[in-house]
Amino acid sequence: MTPDDTMSQNIFITETELTGEADGPLADRTVAVKDNISTEGVRTTCGSAMLEEYVPPYNATVVDRLLEAGATIVGKTNMDEFGMGTTTETSAFGPTENPAAPGRVPGGSSGGSAAAVAAGEADLALGSDTGGSVRCPAAFCGVVGIKPTYGLVSRYGLVAYANSLEQIGPIADTVEDAATLLDVIAGPDPKDGTTRETGAETDYASAADGDVDGLSIGVPTELLDGADDRVVEVFWDAIARLEDRGATYQEISLPALEHAVEAYYVIAMSEASSNLARFDGVRYGHSGGFDGNWNETFSRARREGFGDEVKRRILLGTFALSAGYQDKYYKQAQDARAWVKQSFDDAFASVDVIASPTMPVVPFERGSTIDDPLRLYLADANTTPVNLANLPAISVPAGEADGLPVGMQLIGPAFGERRIIRAASAVH
Amino acid sequence: MSDRRVDPEQVRHIADLARVELDEDESDRFADQFEEVLEYFETLEEVPEVERKPELTNVLRADEVETGLSQDDALANAADSEDGYFKGPRVS
Repeated sequence: MTPDDTMSQNIFITETELTGEADGPLADRTVAVKDNISTEGVRTTCGSAMLEEYVPPYNATVVDRLLEAGATIVGKTNMDEFGMGTTTETSAFGPTENPAAPGRVPGGSSGGSAAAVAAGEADLALGSDTGGSVRCPAAFCGVVGIKPTYGLVSRYGLVAYANSLEQIGPIADTVEDAATLLDVIAGPDPKDGTTRETGAETDYASAADGDVDGLSIGVPTELLDGADDRVVEVFWDAIARLEDRGATYQEISLPALEHAVEAYYVIAMSEASSNLARFDGVRYGHSGGFDGNWNETFSRARREGFGDEVKRRILLGTFALSAGYQDKYYKQAQDARAWVKQSFDDAFASVDVIASPTMPVVPFERGSTIDDPLRLYLADANTTPVNLANLPAISVPAGEADGLPVGMQLIGPAFGERRIIRAASAVH
Repeated sequence: MSDRRVDPEQVRHIADLARVELDEDESDRFADQFEEVLEYFETLEEVPEVERKPELTNVLRADEVETGLSQDDALANAADSEDGYFKGPRVS
């Protein structure tokens, strides 16, 4: 398959121009939208052969809000297939180049969105974050990305991967721009029953004032253990800059976080196995034809339409939910989720924000991880706890290690977006 | 093979349940990868039981008829349709 985009960086799957209102907070701003967010009349592939020709008949709520705010949508960005990956290499449309680190992956799954901002192909971008898919590519491409509190941003029109974990989030060059975009997309939506009134009237952009005097930062040792030494060094330099501006830090211990990755993957795969059951090639998506009975044609459509990582997650999720294994995997994962959540709640009684490297590694070389699923899963150790606990987090460029971008992650309490935006604006 | 958490035959059985056709070499490869991933998942056994506090509240709305997708729009992405209905493969 060849994407529309002929640029060698392979940032967009489909280039387009959707213009919004003449006036608004995003007038004259261009926005790239991840290709799992529905755009009426513009194909939305999820990076999958399954949906290569799928054209949504309606807009996602966030797309309507972009257009009402005056934005121009310039394209649908490349991504790991259905959001399942950390490199954007599982896309059926080929990998995306990292504009900030040639030869390296842009991170994932929203790799095209972060690359679009880093390469100047769009002023702003939307990604979706199920276990780190906005923050990871933001860190790897040297830009800013926010994973909002669960329930702040409507998921209506986002093609579901793991509903209980995911949120749509903004990506931008600066903290203030990311906050401005979050102001536009946040807020309750009758079409998504998990959204909250809390987001109705927000002013996140004005929080990006760099004032961290008196801010207390907790640094969980669990999120530094096992991280690349070069990443850890850049991280502490960034903490020192926050100290210079009046913040204080303390190391804290949150043992629950050591189990976040496995809990995340059990839950995400279980939800995925159920969500992706809808792709049978009858109502939309790649058809398995009409030879044989429906079990045979559905199985054929799914063999031809899904890539390896999607098949792996559907099968592992089916396994984790099957008779005899549900208590062993799924129930224990829910216990771990509750433990992670409780640990964060306890920690926020004594610190204002929690900081870590966004990714424990520097951007991978292209092609080095594609057949090693477990190694890739472990790279999500620092981002997945946030999704399990429904919390907000931001990734902000902290510096470089051997010329490669390193991101710092700042986590806040639920609906504490202003706090993490303010802290991040002092880093960048 | 009896010590394995999952063998290629089980992978084929799960794939059958999930309606994903697999090639022979795929079930072999997935079995090896799943073995490694499932072994890692078992570290969840170290997790203590935690009291879960559900934060869920009911979200209700009036049951009023609203306009939705037109039949044409709803069928636009289907491989085949007939008389305004989706056309699927035969059941058995």
